[in-house]
Amino acid sequence: MCGIIGVIDRSRQRMDGTGIRSALSRMDERGSGEGAGYAAYGAFPDYKEYYALHVFFDNPHETKPLVEDELSKWGTVEHQEAVPTFEQANIRKLHIPWRFFFKPEIQLMPRSITPADDIVTHLVMKINSSIPGALVYSSGKDLAVFKASGWPEEVADFYRIQDYKGYLWLGHNRYPTNTPGWWGGAHPFNLLHWSVVHNGEITSYGTNRRYIESYGYRCSMFTDTEVVAYLFDLLIRRHGLSIETAVKALAPPFWDEIDRMPGREREIMRAIRLTYGPALMNGPFAIVVANHDSMVGFTDRIKLRPLVSGESGTRLYISSEEAAIRTMDPGVGDITMPRAGEPIIGRAQ
Amino acid sequence: MSIGSVPLRYRISVDRDQCMLCERCIDSCPYGVFRKEGEQIHVNSRVCVACHRCISMCPRDAISLVERPVDYRSHPIWTPQVREAIYNQARTGKIILSGMGNAQDYPVIFDRLLLDACQVTNPSIDPLREPMELRTYLGKKPSHLDFKTVDGDTVLQTILSPNLMLETPIMIGHMSYGAISLNAQQSLARAVKECGTFMGTGEGGLHGSLYPFQDHMIVQVASGRFGVDINYLERGAAIEIKIGQGAKPGIGGHLPGEKVCADVSCTRMIPEGSDAISPAPHHDIYSIEDLKQLVRSLKEATEWKKPVFVKIAAVHNSAAIAAGIARSSADAVVIDGFRGGTGAAPRVFRDHVGIPIEAAVASVDAKLRSQGIRNEVSIIASGGIRESADVAKVIALGADAVYIGTAALVAMGCRVCGTCYKGLCPWGIATQRPDLFARLDPDYASVNVANLIHAWTLELSELMGAAGINSIESLRGNRDRLRGYLLDENIMKVLDIKTVGA
Repeated sequence: MCGIIGVIDRSRQRMDGTGIRSALSRMDERGSGEGAGYAAYGAFPDYKEYYALHVFFDNPHETKPLVEDELSKWGTVEHQEAVPTFEQANIRKLHIPWRFFFKPEIQLMPRSITPADDIVTHLVMKINSSIPGALVYSSGKDLAVFKASGWPEEVADFYRIQDYKGYLWLGHNRYPTNTPGWWGGAHPFNLLHWSVVHNGEITSYGTNRRYIESYGYRCSMFTDTEVVAYLFDLLIRRHGLSIETAVKALAPPFWDEIDRMPGREREIMRAIRLTYGPALMNGPFAIVVANHDSMVGFTDRIKLRPLVSGESGTRLYISSEEAAIRTMDPGVGDITMPRAGEPIIGRAQ
Repeated sequence: MSIGSVPLRYRISVDRDQCMLCERCIDSCPYGVFRKEGEQIHVNSRVCVACHRCISMCPRDAISLVERPVDYRSHPIWTPQVREAIYNQARTGKIILSGMGNAQDYPVIFDRLLLDACQVTNPSIDPLREPMELRTYLGKKPSHLDFKTVDGDTVLQTILSPNLMLETPIMIGHMSYGAISLNAQQSLARAVKECGTFMGTGEGGLHGSLYPFQDHMIVQVASGRFGVDINYLERGAAIEIKIGQGAKPGIGGHLPGEKVCADVSCTRMIPEGSDAISPAPHHDIYSIEDLKQLVRSLKEATEWKKPVFVKIAAVHNSAAIAAGIARSSADAVVIDGFRGGTGAAPRVFRDHVGIPIEAAVASVDAKLRSQGIRNEVSIIASGGIRESADVAKVIALGADAVYIGTAALVAMGCRVCGTCYKGLCPWGIATQRPDLFARLDPDYASVNVANLIHAWTLELSELMGAAGINSIESLRGNRDRLRGYLLDENIMKVLDIKTVGA
């Protein structure tokens, strides 16, 4: 089931976490109190230029030196700190969240058009697959993910997200079936600039995972959502597709519809389906994906999960429930329900 | 001293109370089992091959057949088959010829694989109410697309290679005119056209009467080059280079001269009545780079308008071989498993050489992905696909499409008697004798074959819908939707699947 919400302020006006906390809590019916999370873009204005690597340590004494060692091979850590947390009655602090502000040395990744990103991607994959007890759960610049096992309001208070400001927020209220209780299994999932919240189950996961792994990504979270982040990274950052085209690849129109399209559009759609067939995501889902400049929401090809959007001034909201949007912004208007596979895109100026 | 005769393989008996002496059995049997003496039908069971033609033609159900009516002393190692093979070879000093596919009792991996279905957390999709896509494109796909924006319009920069478009991932494999009758080929051709799919010509040329179906024919270039000229290449929708065959990996083809009638001789471009023997290797392919030259020559000859497939038998090293083929400009690799059928193969090859298609497809798909070249070729699985579940399973293991052979013949009446090499097929399929192939009416047989493909396609849609998948590309390589049931750990590792319950 799960409840999701995203908000973007197109003029990059930052809002604190109070609003998204109450919106997400409004969807407790869609969760089970075993996982919730938030992502905030624009969270670290003082360290904007650094990759904010957030790591869950089971035991920092044991594994932090290993992570630091990996990081030192590829760049320098400008600043590090324990992520401030505040005890909550119902949250067992299973992991110690830590953040590193990291600067990669780009000359170590020659022949790459995005060397810094490639270094960080490599580090994330390396740490998550080879250092047990350390999990990088957020790795982009100027953004933070906050997640844990608990109800949305508890997780929000645990991290005090009202102390953070962002111009783009995502929230996820989890009803886990795959990995209950595990913090790593809570959403949002993040890789570099991409964060994903997802309601649903991807029936094509086995195909998508094998496809993405052939490009060097390694799926280590035991859940289907992480492939969405990797697919966006591959299609948009590495293959240079537009967001619209990427969504068309992940949730394409049916052949019947493509066959009726006018000439050039038909050729483009056919090429997308042929090329990106293994990236097609099947099964019921509603997803909101964000990067620094945009937020996009879309559903599966036959819309088996709900998704609505609303507009309010410079803000765009996308959520599972209209009620959640209204909780956050009672003045919201233009509530619309996108058609299956149709993306709703909000771009920041 | 004579070693004597071996016991009967089959005993035919006629129920005299039921028999009305219509003599249809006598007419039906080209092997000469039946004769009429006085007011009775007499039988010579020794020549019976269990083709069931007589049984299916008898209006009174008066004929019955028993397999191995005479027991040997039982022994777990020295089975009757082993003993009879030795008697046979002691007598002849020759290689034993056989037909159809592998007849050894190896475990069938397909039967140890179970498919998944959705419950609660994700809804199954009802193909009667929602669209279900089985359309499959075979051929090279680009690894990514390049777009350019021109005057605000998005323009695709990438040029796509020619692909075959199938409405269902089920094709009919290569069975040549010669191995099977023209009526059989025409029936198959009509069926694939009807179903929006393709069939292979085999290494037997393309008969003029099949030209109307050429857009659904994949023309084969094998080591004997029979029937190959520019006209043939240009007519095909795609070209397939046959390196090997699952029923007899490592050896060439053999069409007995008895099957080379005038028409077959013209189509194959060989003398009438001569044995058509394809060499084991192509005499211009002694390494992978030679294959690349042939692939590119065929493409050059047809102006790069047609996909070129390469067919290999599933052998131990298939994965590495397929990776080489993927780099040769070929558009698809066909892998023929060790259960693949044949008109004629040495028994020792049919039963002992090669590996199962399930393992071969899994390892080829994995190898291509690990090298980042899975997009470079499509994978076509063949050899031992018996039902729609096998199609679903082999696609989930990584295949793009399948070739069926024996199943299509069975749909036309074949009883899997395995005597194709004798050229006396009583069902009019594997024969060139005019009175026999006249028994196969393409008007009816084509409907039967089309029905089969249609039925499997429907079942495949249902299986996909139950798994919450509405497009075939989401089943392809989706091994997470398979579980191994009592398969050993090594095989599950090769197949990259989990056990049931995990």
